[in-house]
Amino acid sequence: MKSYTDNIKEISKRLLKEDKVDMVIGYRTGSVPLMHQPFFAQNQEEVDEFVWDSNCGLNLANYITDRTERIGILATGCNSRNIAVHIVEGKIKREQLYIIGIPCKGMVDRHKLSAMADGDITSVEDENNGSITITGQNFSKTVDKAEVLQENCSVCVHRNPVIYDELAAEEVTEQKRDDVDPYARVKEIEALSPEEKWAHFDDLLSDCIRCYACRNACPLCYCPLCFVDESNPQWVGKSIDHTDVRTFHFLRAYHCAGRCTDCGACVRSCPVGINVRDFTKKLEKDCLELFDWEAGLNTEQRPPLDTYRPDDPEEFIK
Amino acid sequence: MKVIRIDKNDWAEGIEKIRKTYSLIGPVKEKFYHIFANLGSGQMPDMEFTNSRISPKYIIYPQSEIILKCSMNAEEEDYKIYREPEDKEYKEKAVLGIRPCDADSLPVVMRNFDTDEYKDPYWLRAFETTTLVGLACDAPCPSCFCTSAGSGPYNHKNLDVMLIDNKDHYLAEIITEKGEKLAEAAGWQDKAEGIADEIAKRKSDAESKIESNVHTDNLAKQPLLDLYEATSIWEKAAFACINCGTCTYVCPTCWCFDIQDEVYGREGFRIRNWDSCMYPLFTLHASAHNPRGTKLARLRQRFMHKLKYYVDKYENGIQCTGCGRCVRLCPVNIDIRRICNMMNSYDPETCTCEATVS
Ligand code: SF4
Ligand code: SF4
Ligand code: SF4
Ligand code: SF4
Repeated sequence: MKSYTDNIKEISKRLLKEDKVDMVIGYRTGSVPLMHQPFFAQNQEEVDEFVWDSNCGLNLANYITDRTERIGILATGCNSRNIAVHIVEGKIKREQLYIIGIPCKGMVDRHKLSAMADGDITSVEDENNGSITITGQNFSKTVDKAEVLQENCSVCVHRNPVIYDELAAEEVTEQKRDDVDPYARVKEIEALSPEEKWAHFDDLLSDCIRCYACRNACPLCYCPLCFVDESNPQWVGKSIDHTDVRTFHFLRAYHCAGRCTDCGACVRSCPVGINVRDFTKKLEKDCLELFDWEAGLNTEQRPPLDTYRPDDPEEFIK
Repeated sequence: MKVIRIDKNDWAEGIEKIRKTYSLIGPVKEKFYHIFANLGSGQMPDMEFTNSRISPKYIIYPQSEIILKCSMNAEEEDYKIYREPEDKEYKEKAVLGIRPCDADSLPVVMRNFDTDEYKDPYWLRAFETTTLVGLACDAPCPSCFCTSAGSGPYNHKNLDVMLIDNKDHYLAEIITEKGEKLAEAAGWQDKAEGIADEIAKRKSDAESKIESNVHTDNLAKQPLLDLYEATSIWEKAAFACINCGTCTYVCPTCWCFDIQDEVYGREGFRIRNWDSCMYPLFTLHASAHNPRGTKLARLRQRFMHKLKYYVDKYENGIQCTGCGRCVRLCPVNIDIRRICNMMNSYDPETCTCEATVS
């Protein structure tokens, strides 16, 4: 069986050769472990730099916003859903895209792995048999991939792409919501008392440096001017005052409600490892419960907070 | 140079003594990585660390610093008249365990905050009242490249004291008068004689462990506009960049800031906040024109500033000490070593360059 990487290269080369696309967006190997780089290839040599393994955890839909070329793009389950959201929201046209679907086996959590290592990791071996070996200057450790998956991947119920033109591998078995509870963590937080919740979110955000990597890594955050950057009127202060930091996080999460696919790019890119999904996942749960809605499953329907129907439940206002 | 031997059994006692004169800052493990934090009473620095995830520049140059205050009460005399806050004190402080690369970033940053024309009073006062007790690196990270960026694992040029971990004791090089004062306050006086060779060996061992480097020899000679227009360098790198500013916030040598006025209740504050050339807002004009309106322009600015404008303007190397933080933390792996080598090897004739990370 050919590897994901080989298949991706083969498909990409064919697309470029047949002039079906102007570029293919994928990943190339990073210069440091756990960090592959989003990369666009325009010719055969560049395609040879492509790689696919469990360190491709950003969201490539972030790279197609408002582009005008004909684009080939790799898409896992969540990435394909964000592409669908982009299409619905008019950020790209379906006809411009050739989607190379990647049935996804999950991405490893770079924060978790660094915390596990006794020193700095110099290499990561993704053994494709379900284990990951990390090596550093004075250590080497093999762990079960399932244990070091990003949390969003371990509870993912849409691993196979929902829209694609061609698959780069056979579909993987989907997890069922009855077997893995995607909202276990949300439920834990929901069960806290108001004081405990406050303490939880205070602690969660205590290290935030407001670099906005979480926002910028997110394909949903494409506004030309984010509300935190507005200066006239200025909604939010720019210091690391707690109120401003919270305002940023709460509002950003609400802007993502019903659109977030839980791809985890926000958490992955945070330099201090803040799990901002504690906000977005709760809203995802609400959307599922209130509107029977999951983001990005088709390219026609607008997200729930973006539409109105007289028969919307709206229990929360009554 | 005077070298003192500090038995690790006496280390805590010395720290307790200097606490009387200095407020102490040191590496502390928080959640899953180290930060430099104020050490509360009885709290010891965790010297078993590689380096802090985010640079300790905030000790002297806080991310958000109140520089002026005023009353927003129209009845009061100083209504809207900004003054320096009275409670702004500059107590003597000592930073324990700072790494040489981070100490070496201070003169770099000082070139911006202390010029003939302008002196930044906040930065300078904080700097003057800080004593740096560094810790030499014996196990540098794989992504450090300090030795080719004007620093090094045993570089004590910008430290007041440099500690060398020697199993059951530290060897402490006393480098400046400030260092002397601190050693005295700690009661460290056990002179270590005849160890110069040993230290020299430790130094060269540590240096040989630095696995990566940057080539900078050609940067000053490169024609500025050719580099500026080198799309072969900028296009691919800019594609991946999400303009998050992480690289600039974690960097010890990035110095840009923004000044904001904020009102809390009946008080007004003028606050200086870190800013980043990676943000569109950084250069947005009141007219709505943005001279650095694309992410390519912003990414290019960061590297051109560090590796070309700074090099040409100050003739003092690059604006980077090789700490490797931006390399480790950029979420899309934009690696300054790679970009630096591309800029250094760029050939304007053929518009090609070598992209290597060694
Ligand atoms: S990426 Fe992390 S540190 Fe940066 S703004 Fe988001 S939560 Fe804060
Ligand atoms: S909010 Fe986070 S998890 Fe949701 S789509 Fe954006 S990056 Fe992905
Ligand atoms: S950390 Fe990386 S992605 Fe973020 S602004 Fe810097 S170079 Fe760009
Ligand atoms: S540019 Fe990067 S490696 Fe250089 S000093 Fe700044 S963070 Fe460290």
